[in-house]
Amino acid sequence: MKVSLFITCYNDTLFPDCGKAVVRVLERLGHTIDFPAGQTCCGQAHWNTGYQTDALPLLERFVAQFEHADAVVVPSSSCDAMMRDHYPMMAERIGRPALIATVERLLPKVYEFSEFLTRGLGVEDVGAYYPHRVTYHPSCHGLRNLRLGDGPLRLLRAVRGIDLVELAGAEQCCGFGGTFAVKNAEVSSAMLGEKVQAILNTRAEACTACDNSCLMHIEGALHRQRTGVRTIHLAEILASEEGDRA
Amino acid sequence: MAGEAREVILQGIRMANAGLGRPLPIEDDWRLIPRAFRRTRQTPQAELLAQLVHRLQDYDAQVLTVDRDGVSNGIARLLQARSASRMLLPEGFPQNFLPPGFLFVTESGLNATEIDGYAGVLTESTLAVAETGSIVLQNVPGQGRRAVSLVPDYHLCLVEAADVVATVPEAMERLQQTATLPTTFISGPSATADIEMTRIKGVHGPRFLDVILMVD
Amino acid sequence: MTTAATGKPLDPSTAEPFPILAQGLLEDSQMRKNVRHATDVIQNKRRIVVGELPEWQELREAGKRIREHTMRYLDRYLEQFEAQCTRAGGVVHWARDAAEARAIVVRLAREAGANEVIKIKSMTTEEIQLNPALLAAGIHPYETDLAELIIQLGQDHPSHIVVPALHKNRQQIREIFRREMNLPNLGNTPQDLADAARLFLRDKFLRVKTAVSGANFLIAETGGVCIVESEGNGRMCLTLPETLITIAGIDKVIPRFQDLEVLLQVLPRSATGERMNPYNSIWTGVHAGDGPKSFHVILLDNARTRILADQEGRQTLHCIRCGACQNACPVYRQTGGHAYGSVYAGPIGAILTPQLQQMEHAQSLPYASSLCGACYEVCPVKINIPEVLLHLRDQVVRRKSALDPEALAMRIMGIVFRSEARFRAAQAIGRMAEAPLVRREGRGEGWIHWLPGFMGGWTEVRDLRAMPQQTFREWWENRSKPGAHDGR
Repeated sequence: MKVSLFITCYNDTLFPDCGKAVVRVLERLGHTIDFPAGQTCCGQAHWNTGYQTDALPLLERFVAQFEHADAVVVPSSSCDAMMRDHYPMMAERIGRPALIATVERLLPKVYEFSEFLTRGLGVEDVGAYYPHRVTYHPSCHGLRNLRLGDGPLRLLRAVRGIDLVELAGAEQCCGFGGTFAVKNAEVSSAMLGEKVQAILNTRAEACTACDNSCLMHIEGALHRQRTGVRTIHLAEILASEEGDRA
Repeated sequence: MAGEAREVILQGIRMANAGLGRPLPIEDDWRLIPRAFRRTRQTPQAELLAQLVHRLQDYDAQVLTVDRDGVSNGIARLLQARSASRMLLPEGFPQNFLPPGFLFVTESGLNATEIDGYAGVLTESTLAVAETGSIVLQNVPGQGRRAVSLVPDYHLCLVEAADVVATVPEAMERLQQTATLPTTFISGPSATADIEMTRIKGVHGPRFLDVILMVD
Repeated sequence: MTTAATGKPLDPSTAEPFPILAQGLLEDSQMRKNVRHATDVIQNKRRIVVGELPEWQELREAGKRIREHTMRYLDRYLEQFEAQCTRAGGVVHWARDAAEARAIVVRLAREAGANEVIKIKSMTTEEIQLNPALLAAGIHPYETDLAELIIQLGQDHPSHIVVPALHKNRQQIREIFRREMNLPNLGNTPQDLADAARLFLRDKFLRVKTAVSGANFLIAETGGVCIVESEGNGRMCLTLPETLITIAGIDKVIPRFQDLEVLLQVLPRSATGERMNPYNSIWTGVHAGDGPKSFHVILLDNARTRILADQEGRQTLHCIRCGACQNACPVYRQTGGHAYGSVYAGPIGAILTPQLQQMEHAQSLPYASSLCGACYEVCPVKINIPEVLLHLRDQVVRRKSALDPEALAMRIMGIVFRSEARFRAAQAIGRMAEAPLVRREGRGEGWIHWLPGFMGGWTEVRDLRAMPQQTFREWWENRSKPGAHDGR
């Protein structure tokens, strides 16, 4: 099928490899990718920081870019959750009946990436090979808002060569929280400290998640402390193949 | 002036709710509240009583299960074990349950300090909840006013098997008719978790609780 | 109320912002260890007793609906409570704000001839700052909850709704008791400390004739009041004195006696991880020969009707003060309660405190959250705390001047996001702007270790990966060109 990709503003700018991985996986599974060039941002940063009015035009932009899509894939559980939890209310606030109806029709077709694989396509084995020790951090929005459940873990378990190790206290927030990471940097760091400790205790080479926002924050400490542990988005693990350079 | 505050507050509430509308009469709206939780359990009584005993023992209560004829002996045994010889009784406590060899005084208007002079208090109970190990006392004959079962350090309580219910909803249903009486739920001797989260028993209120479970 | 060891009173209208208070508290290793231990213990206990009830979600739904229904008919239920309580011999007073409530309490205490009162723990009495008012009137209030006693004797402030002295360990408590109770040979086991408190307070229970309490629930149908407690000091204060003065927010009312079937299940399991707390007391007005001869209830508004009028914020009033949200909160876990500068701390504090201040103060509190949602998951009455936080952030922003730097930056960002061309330009500019800050490391990767201004918050504790040379969309466009290779 033709799958439309909503890369998200921060993945586009900071984590292009994540998008490339999504493309690779979906093409490997036989689908074609559509990338509406006019896409920018879902509005989460504005909405979550209290600038709700500024977020409304971004909903309109998203709808304009994707309203004809058969399926929209978003490699970011926080962005997907933002849209699912708030776009209907935001559309009501804008108040145009056609927009409200379009949002209602469109949202069920908007998937977080791992969710698209497990629930949308019903696949767990995407033919990936990643011979490394990995631990998985369930981002809060994926865990509590999208209820991804064990979907991402099932995808990871199907990866050939992977050594998947459980993360203690996995459900505890890593401390990113968007602007919280800057406005309350010290508390954010204290929360991150516990998450890093748990990751180090797994002796994993890499920590993965469905959100580069969490991973950027976690990686920031893993790197600052010279732990040698890296972060990698779930999509990039699933995109890895046997012939790849290490 | 007191009336003014009342009117301002009530008016504030009405205005706050004005947009919501109240299409239904209040009773009907209340009845719409879904109560899909268990109200009762179809548990054989033996199991229920066993659960209650287990819960009470968790609270470090001594529990004796006896039939009606064995109550007096049971009381004697427990009092001996606690070395309690001078016990307070609420008004209306059944005299035929009292064993010989102990001093039982039916209280009548004692003040707190006077009550404090007794080793313990012996009461009946209104009901018990098996799931939570709770015993409920109300101000009725045999259970008495609240001070009487509060101030002494030791409480010996009679619970009748027929008064044991499984769940909290059942308990509230049984209490509905006497809901305005002074009512106390007792679920173990008083405890605090305020010091390093250790449950410490017996801060105030009776530190020692024993129960006689009367099965017919 | 006496001032804290830091010298600052716990008053949201004057408290420092959360990030500042948190910064200091993060240095307190003792508090952090205690808070982590305590929240772990309660959370584990809660998990077990909640797991025993297969119908836990149904109970939460019922709890939510009971509270929603109550708020919708709040005026009716308050009137009913007043009528029923009065019929049973109680006297009901109404107080629009903290000042009115304090004045009523002082007047009633004076009328009872009290020069001392015993108190059961009540967040509401802390909210209205009752103790200083009593002291100023020459009436000495004695706290009788063990934790509140510790706080009072230690001249401190509560840091948790249910376990206010959470931030203290037994050595600290022992020191306070030794000093204030004059017990030089006091032992140091928790039992020793509890026994000391028992003796110290028993004298007061048997002697003091006037008591002040809060209330967990006011039952409209019967005019009854319910208090949920662990230590027995509640029973003492409610039963032995001659005069009882109960202060309760108007949000404490519940429709019917039967509704306790839900609330008495969800509250103990959520608050302390018990199937039932040790003592619940329910009394109605005055009962001859049993309990106080004189019983007063003060119904307190203090901005609650304002909160009720806010469609998104009103669910805050559903709170039954269990504290489960605090125990689940990963932010609270690090900072403890004092960081919130209010008697209401943690997630519920982050939404209740600013609203009680009518959004004029405590504006940093709605931002004291990473929006993880753990609080919503455990709330026994399903208050959607994250949604209320977002709503309050919007309220805070609306009060900012348009020239506020953050507001300007967000506006500009919004304008940038509204156009593909502007967005791409911003990406290019960002790459250029950060270039001087980028350090190339071993394998050629670029990292930033320092950022200026408010962004420095990031690099104080984290590194930041430099922006890649090519954005995703640039890669995508190249890929589509003829002759391009699918490089990674």
